[in-house]
Amino acid sequence: MSDRAPAKKPARGQVQPGRAATAAAAGARLGVRKTYKLFIGGAFPRSESGRSYPVRDRDGELLAHAARASRKDLRDAVKAARGAFPGWAGATAYNRGQVLYRVAELMEGRAAQFAAEVAQAEGLSAGKAESAVAAAIDRWVWYAGWSDKVAQIAGAANPVAGPYFNFSVPEPTGVVATIAPQQSSLLGLVSVLAPVIVTGNTAVVIASEPRPLPAVVLSEVLATSDVPPGVVNLLTGYTGELAPVAADHMDVNAIDLTGTGPADRAALERAAAANLKRVYHDGERWADPPGTRRLLATLEIKTVWHPAGI
Amino acid sequence: MGSGKPKSGGDLAATSGPLAAPDAGLIWEYAPAPESRDIVSIAPEYGLFIDGEFRPAESGRTFATLNPATEESLSQVAEAGPADVDRAVTAARSAYERAWSVLPGSERAKYLFRIARLLQERSREFAVLESLDNGKPIRESRDVDIPLAAAHFFYYAGWADKLEHAGYGADPRPVGVAGQVIPWNFPLLMAAWKLAPALAAGNTCVLKPAETTPLTALLLAEVCQQAGLPPGVVNVLTGAGETGAALVSHPGIDKIAFTGSTEVGKQIAQATAGTGKKLTLELGGKAANVVFDDAPVEQAIEGIVNGIFFNQGHVCCAGSRLLVQESVADVVVDRLQRRLGTLRLGDPLDKNTDIGAINSRQQLDKITELSAAGDAEGAHRWTAPCQLPASGFWFPPTLFTGVSQSHRIAREEIFGPVLSVLTFRTPEEAVAKANNTPYGLSAGVWTDKGSRILWMAQRMRAGVVWANTYNRFDPASPFGGYQESGYGREGGRHGLAAYLDV
Repeated sequence: MSDRAPAKKPARGQVQPGRAATAAAAGARLGVRKTYKLFIGGAFPRSESGRSYPVRDRDGELLAHAARASRKDLRDAVKAARGAFPGWAGATAYNRGQVLYRVAELMEGRAAQFAAEVAQAEGLSAGKAESAVAAAIDRWVWYAGWSDKVAQIAGAANPVAGPYFNFSVPEPTGVVATIAPQQSSLLGLVSVLAPVIVTGNTAVVIASEPRPLPAVVLSEVLATSDVPPGVVNLLTGYTGELAPVAADHMDVNAIDLTGTGPADRAALERAAAANLKRVYHDGERWADPPGTRRLLATLEIKTVWHPAGI
Repeated sequence: MGSGKPKSGGDLAATSGPLAAPDAGLIWEYAPAPESRDIVSIAPEYGLFIDGEFRPAESGRTFATLNPATEESLSQVAEAGPADVDRAVTAARSAYERAWSVLPGSERAKYLFRIARLLQERSREFAVLESLDNGKPIRESRDVDIPLAAAHFFYYAGWADKLEHAGYGADPRPVGVAGQVIPWNFPLLMAAWKLAPALAAGNTCVLKPAETTPLTALLLAEVCQQAGLPPGVVNVLTGAGETGAALVSHPGIDKIAFTGSTEVGKQIAQATAGTGKKLTLELGGKAANVVFDDAPVEQAIEGIVNGIFFNQGHVCCAGSRLLVQESVADVVVDRLQRRLGTLRLGDPLDKNTDIGAINSRQQLDKITELSAAGDAEGAHRWTAPCQLPASGFWFPPTLFTGVSQSHRIAREEIFGPVLSVLTFRTPEEAVAKANNTPYGLSAGVWTDKGSRILWMAQRMRAGVVWANTYNRFDPASPFGGYQESGYGREGGRHGLAAYLDV
């Protein structure tokens, strides 16, 4: 790909196709391209390995070089997620709900940029990309509202035969590693990420390998929203390289294998058994209208026996 | 152990000065008060319970089950091999398709109510048999194991025709055939925890009791016959680890439920990887029992004793790490030692007995080995003054002080009557130490302050938190672990999820 963007295709980093084409045609100004980085602990490092990999559009044209995260990057991401866990899990549900809603607000303001990214990444028409972005924003809104309700549907007051107030409450499982869907670069990612963090888990997400760029833009939104650093850590790279490291990692409490192929799952589930990670995958069901399945998959039920007496 | 009623007690911090030595005139001698063992008749040989009938193993192999208090053989029990597993799974599948899953929930409920009633009616028989085969005191089998087992059937019976109201969708479906592998510490109770929710949800079961405690599961099979349960709905396969492994890996099993060690739980999770079988695990623990300086002292001492010496410490959720606030550590340890000196160890069938027999020689060896590691690593051992019977497997109530977090006795599950005592200064330190474990099954907190109970309960990463009590169980109360203590819940509405296709 030449330095100068071809006139019929918008250059990277220029999200308004019309304007990009005009600028290129007039030769007035060279586009400023973006470097797509990892998102770990609220910062944007390149991979510590210095590696990158080419990302291409449906026609095989180079879109950008994405960072190719290493196992060390993944371990750094887990460490950041672990560090962020007590604060995020300890935040009030009301607060977490507002933080998630704010992500939706910020995405809405950058909807055009997201639509252009998704259109390029997935080879979609502008209309289809726009509706994918709208659905992704709506996912955030849907899950934001669950923050202070999930305990009311998943918890209970239990009538035990004794002088105790016995109650069960859901708590976040901890650090959750998520392999995002490979095809749907943004809607798929949001569909598997929002239900994990709304309940107080912290996340290490491995973005779609062939279509990672919209995820990186999302990380830029997260960085400027109110999501505390480390709550979401986003890695781009080779799924086959990163997923086994996540499955093996002894400080990861749960793993969502949605973005892995059926052929790889048995080995990943076997590795996950080393510290009895909760394992989740539901094929393409993330695309269904969201329900409570994913919310409940990364929750633990704690039961407390509180004495009653005088 | 301990009554359910909170007792008033002195404030620990307010307790000052050495306690008076027990008055020699107040030491009571107990006459033996043994429960009659005639109430239960034990057959010289038991077969496998498959498709509603008892039959020998295909291989003809049997093994002995011992009374751990005397080492006498109680009976010879069939050892199920792969062919028997296959027959049992086939019977369960057929019963699932033809009988059980098509039965209205209200009819399933009535079978479960019948089983609950039969357990109540034959409770003394079950209690004696449990104490004989397991070694636990009759007081516990009579007052805890058997009543709770009946209560579990009673509780889940009521769910069988109300599943659409359980919050798992409008028409939640059973999973299919459940393979259930249970431990030896609460043999009948664990069978009830597994069977009752599974059957209520419409599944059929193949249950494998532990090698050393098969007898009450076989008596439960007889109860299933007496209840008129359709053949194949419940199958009981006796055997050891190989039988369990064959059951777990059988392709006809849709759901596996396992209670036992974390080590075996991980093996099962590995063996199940990629098969799509639904799996729930209830595994080991190393629970912290946290005592603050404002805790009511008598109540706390009773709770600590109940936490670790209940069932000889053969309890996955045992309060095996005592975390005492430093300012009251000496008082607590002193009082604890006095209390342990009054525990009566001996004949499990004696109604006075507090501490029964260790379930097996293998377990006794493990407890002995880990306790020796406590000595070797520099902790201070104190042993309750009690005489051990000449035959059988016994271990006296034991306390280690001067324990640090790196000691094996503070990290590894001993599964015996051995308590490790650690101290803390601030609530934050208590939380950090309590959570410093890969397990997360249970925790205890003792304080007079309600807000502190809830503050601690929010921070301790464990599936069950007992406040000013310990080792309480109830069929309505969900039970299960965080982290390496397993996943899934048993008990309550939450316990249904393990047996529904959700």
